[in-house]
Amino acid sequence: MNQPIKTIGKKMFLYFLLLIGLFFTVTPFLYMLSTSLKENIFVFEFPPKFIPSNPTLQNYLTVLTTRQFDRYFMNSVFVTLLTTFSVVLMSSMMAFAFSRFTFKRKKLLSGLIRLFMMMPSMTLIVPQFILTSKMNLLNNLWGVIMVYIAQNLSLSVFLLTGFFKQIPVEIEEAAKIDGASPWQVFARIILPLSTPALATSAIFTSLGAWDEYVWAMTILNKPEMRTLPVGIASFHGQFVTDWGLVFAASVIAITPIIILFIFFQKYFVKGITAGSVKG
Amino acid sequence: MKNKKHLSAPYLFLFPGFVFLTLWLIYPMFKALQISFYDWNFLATIKNTFIGFDNYIRAFKDTIFLLSLKNTIVYAIVTVSGQLILGLSVALAIDRITCGKIFFRTAYYLPVVTSWVVCSLLFKFLFNASPAGLVNYALIDILHIIENGIPWLNEAGTAFLALFTLGIWKGVGWTMVIFLAALQSISKEVLEAAQIDGANEWQIIWYVIIPMLLPTIFLVIVMLTIGAFQTYIPINLITNGGPVHRTEVLLSYMYDQAFKNWDFGYASALSYILIIIVFSISQIQIKLSNQIEK
Repeated sequence: MNQPIKTIGKKMFLYFLLLIGLFFTVTPFLYMLSTSLKENIFVFEFPPKFIPSNPTLQNYLTVLTTRQFDRYFMNSVFVTLLTTFSVVLMSSMMAFAFSRFTFKRKKLLSGLIRLFMMMPSMTLIVPQFILTSKMNLLNNLWGVIMVYIAQNLSLSVFLLTGFFKQIPVEIEEAAKIDGASPWQVFARIILPLSTPALATSAIFTSLGAWDEYVWAMTILNKPEMRTLPVGIASFHGQFVTDWGLVFAASVIAITPIIILFIFFQKYFVKGITAGSVKG
Repeated sequence: MKNKKHLSAPYLFLFPGFVFLTLWLIYPMFKALQISFYDWNFLATIKNTFIGFDNYIRAFKDTIFLLSLKNTIVYAIVTVSGQLILGLSVALAIDRITCGKIFFRTAYYLPVVTSWVVCSLLFKFLFNASPAGLVNYALIDILHIIENGIPWLNEAGTAFLALFTLGIWKGVGWTMVIFLAALQSISKEVLEAAQIDGANEWQIIWYVIIPMLLPTIFLVIVMLTIGAFQTYIPINLITNGGPVHRTEVLLSYMYDQAFKNWDFGYASALSYILIIIVFSISQIQIKLSNQIEK
């Protein structure tokens, strides 16, 4: 009799601790949502209210209609889609080479991949900026995309190489005997067998591209070129900030990510534990 | 595929990706090293001049740089310990419950998938100086710890409290997921054996689980430290390095040297100092993890 009561007590204690943690984790999000539904004059009303007394969608309307926010959103969609497609394609090709072939300089090249997984991305911003300006790509979304591709390749190559190595070579043997070229083996056998790994790579790349701020802020000065993070940061003024607007924009920006995360959780978890990537 | 017909195949598969890596990472890596030895101003019309190690020497005489280095180290120590302890505790708790595992894991992971820009602005708002700022309100009117609202961001000490809180809050979920995966790989027999020997829950955690998690703990510390040394967005959006450079960190100071003063030479030298720090930390990890395996 003593044992079950003790176990129940222990469980209750654990749930209690987890709920306290949950409170601190989720409260900021709820308060953000609530502020986005408040008129500017109520944002700093005292005492602060979690449930707005006069909830309004005005901030969302303002953001969507008057602030070029639709441009920011579409710019981000464009940048994210192109970056993700290119990274998944090129990194799976590279991973195929690393996992299925022996070739000269393989050690050096795979060493470079590891090096760039560690490299703090902001440290190369000066030469990247010079290069972008020489190529006339300042204020151009292609300048953003190319650097994002380079920044996201290494991690994806690392994840996919690990996955491809686990696919038994025997599966390909038959195809090769039938005269299939490496490209056919790659496209018809390896890729279809790797959808979970490709999904993981796509999710992490798109998350990175959707959220990136520093590089985009550095090369995009024209308002109509801004991506979402740059646009949101620009709502946050030097002196006065309309927090309702900032958080309405933020809620719109993070909703797709949270939906993606909730539906594809297992790929997130796989990616984090396989590559130990810091989100 | 050692078929002679396809000798060039691996290079063809590597080619597109390596074009991007070469142009946007390998070349910039050498270029940054070169620039760091020059007096190189982006706007100046005069020719860039070679000055050897002067930019590096300048850094170690620059009191603001040294302060930013110190701030970065303190930020790393505080946020890494916070994320480690809380992340491990949450993982241990979630591992022990039966219902709601996925629910808690999802909720704790939300800050990790939310962008740094949104999280930084959100915390700037929560730590607002007015008594109606949520943190001030909680401390004054709910907990009765202080009497008047604290202008958090006006002083370096309190501004760092806000930055630490954000850094820990955002990272606990990541640490938790890593530890949850590691906990699943601990065999149930070992834990049962300890239970049969009469060890209580705390003893099992302290003497059985923690020692088995050591390689993971170590990996997490290294990854988090490397991450902490690269912190930039929260500083940029919350304090902008102020008041008067008191909350500057390595990358915020580097960025301002590059894109406010256009002093590319000095900024590149500062970048290389950070690269050296990050690579030293990861070297330590490689050495020690080899030792643990032995």
